[in-house]
Amino acid sequence: MKRQGGSALEGIDREWIVKKTMLVMAMMTVLGILLIIFFVAKESMPAFTKAGPANLFSSTWDPKSGRYGMLIFFTGTITTTVGGLLLGTPLAIGSALFLTQMAPRRVRSFFARGVELLAGVPSIVLGWLGFTVMVPWLRSATNSQGTGVLAASIILAIMVLPTITAISKDALEAVPRTYIDASLAMGATRWQTVRKVLIPAAKPGLLVAVILGMGRAIGETMAVALVIGPATAYPTSLTSPTHTLTTKILMEMGESTGVQRSALFAMGLVLLLLSMAMIMLVRMVTRQRKEAA
Amino acid sequence: MDDTCENCGKFELSGVNLFYNGFKALEDLDLKIESCCITALIGPSGCGKSSALRCLNRMNDLIPGARVEGQVSLDGENIYERSYDVVELRKRVGMVFQKPNPFPKSIYDNVAYGPRLFGIKDKEILDDIVEGSLASAALWDEVKGKLRSSALALSGGQQQRLCIARVLAVQPEVILLDEPCSALDPIATQRIEDLLVELKSRYTIVIVTHNMQQAARVSDYTAFFMIEEQGDPGRIVEYDTTNTIFTNPKDERTERYITGRFG
Repeated sequence: MKRQGGSALEGIDREWIVKKTMLVMAMMTVLGILLIIFFVAKESMPAFTKAGPANLFSSTWDPKSGRYGMLIFFTGTITTTVGGLLLGTPLAIGSALFLTQMAPRRVRSFFARGVELLAGVPSIVLGWLGFTVMVPWLRSATNSQGTGVLAASIILAIMVLPTITAISKDALEAVPRTYIDASLAMGATRWQTVRKVLIPAAKPGLLVAVILGMGRAIGETMAVALVIGPATAYPTSLTSPTHTLTTKILMEMGESTGVQRSALFAMGLVLLLLSMAMIMLVRMVTRQRKEAA
Repeated sequence: MDDTCENCGKFELSGVNLFYNGFKALEDLDLKIESCCITALIGPSGCGKSSALRCLNRMNDLIPGARVEGQVSLDGENIYERSYDVVELRKRVGMVFQKPNPFPKSIYDNVAYGPRLFGIKDKEILDDIVEGSLASAALWDEVKGKLRSSALALSGGQQQRLCIARVLAVQPEVILLDEPCSALDPIATQRIEDLLVELKSRYTIVIVTHNMQQAARVSDYTAFFMIEEQGDPGRIVEYDTTNTIFTNPKDERTERYITGRFG
């Protein structure tokens, strides 16, 4: 590949250097993720060999008597994620519809900036506000502790809002203007056009938005940890304290050793698999969209 | 050709000006569009033919900064009156666009779109409307076996006839066509032209076309649009029966245009 002749400096093909540098950088990214998977899997092996899968996927977490069940935390992760999405998705898609369909240009850019700023709020700040402002309010409103699934869902809804809004906005903007014109020219109202043409046409993109929001909600730790309770128990109501996979790992990682530590890694592995499943889902949906087009 | 037209105005434009923000796109249009006839709007690019067409179903409303002055009446009622129902107007005045734009839905759902909007849910009635509209658009025989497949899989010409069927399904009184054949090959164009001639006994048709032969072949009346200079508003230079415009135009500019000496 090296060019012949010239001085030492000219002797090196710059193209070659750039190509190889980029190759190395790309390899490092892949290597990084492979190492993460390998390390997490390796660290969680003792939990699988010593405690066994039946123990790990049970409902009892009691390290002192050798019980490392993660089902409570898994349930917590699923319920808070679903709760966050149930609250956040309508709001986010509603904002995206407002931004793309109704808002005058100046209002649109103002709102879009607002959504971007929301994405930049550190999760600890959001969690702290949730803990000091929202939880006391929930406490007096529901006459309970205030912390728990509902509080976590509200916080997660706020956190997924910018993600889902931004991606939904792109999906809605990608719908050809001609579809909308055709519908309006038939005598459809704006709302009918949105419901029957715009949303169906943008559906795969909207789905991707929700899945990515879900990924964000599943992995969120700090903000949830502040408002989830915590308690190692299944939630009995929307405002009873519980744990998620992430918050349990956060709380126990400092003082755990041996099989208990390994069980935490196993929980991490489950989280990793969950978010990989999300990515696969996105790929499947986008591939479908390409085939449909 | 002329005797097929009863002399009853469907649309009447008087003193119509169209502005896009500060820019005057059309000036002082006076035009009487006869019912059950085909009226062609011809003229060089950028002369405002399409804008004029879009005044008739108020599609210009959708463009920020667009404003219409003057009077456009449909059956004697000014459609720019504040109280006039735009949704009702667009139901009566259907539109077919330059590029075929079927929805990314099945053939059936495309045609049933309008009837469903207006509350028809009964499957048998919908089936009848879909079949009738596709038959009127000369598409039924080609698609009857695959009504549930995607409209986007059809050829360009078929898609455009589907768009016509979609418009026919809501039983409009007027059909506006904005250069409907500009994206089609000559055979597909021919089929659309035949279709338009067939449809004119039941509908008032207004067609914008770049193709003068097309105007001469299908239309009963022709309006010739022109701009004097870049930046000037479009005006109607001459409006008459198609026969007169193409054989004995009164205005010299019309003659120069139709004989191909400019534009």
